[in-house]
Amino acid sequence: MTSSFEVNINKDKCKGCQLCIFFCPAKHLKLSSDLNKKGVKYVAKKEASKCSGCGFCFLICPDYCIEIYESENI
Amino acid sequence: MPNKTRPASLKNISTHYCSGCGHGILHRLVAEVIDEMKLSEKTIGVAPVGCAVVAYDYWDFDVCEAAHGRALAVATGIKRCRPQNVVFTYQGDGDLVSIGLAETFHTANRGENLTCIFINNACYGMTGGQMAPTTLVGQPTATTPWGRNPKSGEGWPVKLSEILATLSGVAFAVRSTISSPREVIKTREYIKKAFSNQIENKGFSIIEVLSPCPTIWQKSPINAMKWIDEEMVKTFPLGVIKDK
Repeated sequence: MTSSFEVNINKDKCKGCQLCIFFCPAKHLKLSSDLNKKGVKYVAKKEASKCSGCGFCFLICPDYCIEIYESENI
Repeated sequence: MPNKTRPASLKNISTHYCSGCGHGILHRLVAEVIDEMKLSEKTIGVAPVGCAVVAYDYWDFDVCEAAHGRALAVATGIKRCRPQNVVFTYQGDGDLVSIGLAETFHTANRGENLTCIFINNACYGMTGGQMAPTTLVGQPTATTPWGRNPKSGEGWPVKLSEILATLSGVAFAVRSTISSPREVIKTREYIKKAFSNQIENKGFSIIEVLSPCPTIWQKSPINAMKWIDEEMVKTFPLGVIKDK
């Protein structure tokens, strides 16, 4: 049995501080090329990378944009 | 491993804080600890004057507002009237160390059974970045544009946690930061211990948290976190100062 992790990002809460991008050990996150409702480039997931569920991004995000859910794969 | 989601005691709204501000992280940590300890129905927070003046808009438990610097005096009144409640203050360096120093010092000296969360960002953030009592030597601010110079009569940074730790009424004094995920986890444990102390009637607990202010420091949020690790901790060393 293995676990996989789903990172949910609320892009309109993001203020583009990029702390999550800096602290993500897997470099799973990137800055978007377009703008959100606040008018800033927001954080987004990279397409081909896999989240290990460490939660660093959740811990360091000052704006509660990021939530991580675990699902078990049998 | 539990899912990592917004704690129930934190409202699902966007804050007014600047990009990369430490207040958002600390609001979440307080809410997480209160939820974990199942205290949301019996907690009363006291908000400061400063950037966190509208903290009551973000927490989903009882919070009242105090006049500038008087949060610990208000908290003393609440706790003495309602000892069954868990009462904490959330204050910045301008509120706690500058205008409210008399209230802070004597509340600690009386050993009031309170929890005080002290956010130290080494400047007056809300009013435009003037020098605070906690500003580092050499740090430029709006009122010390060439850097704080003790020889010009501007004084030295006030190490409040060390000063309060000398008082008999203080049960727990600690300095931590939120400059990395590891430090965020440690700060959360300190906040939890400070609330536990209050439940066990141990006396006054203060958690000083070195927090970034990227806007006033004129640094990117990432460089602000690095500046805490590289410069701020030299003046304000981290760790438990007193644990009675």
